Amino acid sequence: MEAEPDANTKMPTSENLEPEPADAMDFSDPLFALENVSFWYGSKQALGDITIKLPVNRVTALIGPSGCGKTTLLRCLNRMNELIPGVRLTGQVAYHGQDIYASDIDPVEVRRRIGMVFQKPNPFPKSIYDNVAFGARVNGYDGNMDELVERSLKQAALFDEVKDDLKKSGLALSGGQQQRLCIARTLAVGPDVILMDEPCSALDPIATLKIEDLIRELVSDFTIIIVTHNMQQAARVSDFTAFMLAGEDGAGRLVEYGPTQTVFTNPAEKRTEDYITGRFG
Amino acid sequence: MTRTYFERQLEKIQEDMVALALQVETAMERSVTALSERDTELANQVIDDDVKINDERYKIEETCLELIATQQPLASDLRTIASVLHIVVDLERMGDHAEGIARVALMMADEPPLMSYAGIREMAEITKDMMLASLEAFKDRDTARAREISDQDDEVDALYEKILGELLVLMTEDSTKIEPATHLTWVAHNLERIADRVTNICERIVYLVDGKIHEMNVSKY
Repeated sequence: MEAEPDANTKMPTSENLEPEPADAMDFSDPLFALENVSFWYGSKQALGDITIKLPVNRVTALIGPSGCGKTTLLRCLNRMNELIPGVRLTGQVAYHGQDIYASDIDPVEVRRRIGMVFQKPNPFPKSIYDNVAFGARVNGYDGNMDELVERSLKQAALFDEVKDDLKKSGLALSGGQQQRLCIARTLAVGPDVILMDEPCSALDPIATLKIEDLIRELVSDFTIIIVTHNMQQAARVSDFTAFMLAGEDGAGRLVEYGPTQTVFTNPAEKRTEDYITGRFG
Repeated sequence: MTRTYFERQLEKIQEDMVALALQVETAMERSVTALSERDTELANQVIDDDVKINDERYKIEETCLELIATQQPLASDLRTIASVLHIVVDLERMGDHAEGIARVALMMADEPPLMSYAGIREMAEITKDMMLASLEAFKDRDTARAREISDQDDEVDALYEKILGELLVLMTEDSTKIEPATHLTWVAHNLERIADRVTNICERIVYLVDGKIHEMNVSKY
């Protein structure tokens, strides 16, 4: 992995990358500050020159057509992409001002603090209790595990539905419950950030709305970055929206970034307008 | 072309809105003619036709709500639908003002004309032109024109003041004229309100294009 920007691969910088201060957010001290981030899978460039600041305790939605690099960008935020062989990143991903790709940074610690929830609920074939306790045990948690499991399940709005049988297999839950179990599992290791990659795409509408309600609950304590194909979901749950699009070279670039209300009612860029109104994509 | 049905419906609500505006224009024209020519038949026609204007407004409103519920409109599509929803209400209320003038025409039909109706006719002409121009500006998404049209409200206000002054003189000089003169103040007031509603349409044009709601030319009345 290269952490330094590569002058030879530097792409033109997109404009309008800092949201208008519609809700008086202070972007001078963002949680994430990405500068000129480009990313390659082998020789294929997936991201081109992304510069963006993501605020703390807010939901930021990444939207755009398939192949625009949303998921790649999301996975760059906690070094998940590193698990794929042959990848390369240039530019800087700063978290609380610290370059998370610096050589002295432990990627496991990065992923503990920046948790992730995936498209398809993926509980372990273990009990509900053990699913939630798993990460904490691995991390050597020495507090009261029962309390941690209960607190995490409550934060994930699942406790009341499962409290009578925590020994039941996580796989016996419904899809929506499984996804909330995965959120509880993520919360149990004490992250600051939750990355969500289309967390509702495998769920029915009611389970989807429960997760969306949960996202709004969680954002008072956590920062959430969500990738979604569902425009209405982005509009419902996020405070800020970033619209990405792949350029002619196939690399995803940031087209527009702003308060969600502005992006969905009065976007500045015609390409955003065309995408969100269903004219392409 | 994607979203063919949605595109067609979006166009339809705008075309229907223009058709509604033309019905309102006819009502305005006829109501003032009914007043000045003491034509009770024409006045009754305006009153009867107002039901059609109301129905048409509700039809457009229903289509807008259906599009919001089923098509999840966003960005300029959403602003178009929101603007149409507001404008049809303004148009329907303009129709009510015209109906009000027609009712005054019925009340005054058996009496000799109280005064020259030139001023009232002029007010009606300007407000009618403003209304039609505003629909044209909506079609062209022309915010500069919308602002010009909104500024014309001052001309209507000035005419309203002039007519009101003349009627007050009539009333103070001859107390038997208080009742018919009061009726004519209602007519002038209705026309003045129609011009204010044109200003509302102009505000929606700016919102449609810029996404920002600004109050324009606040009327004194």
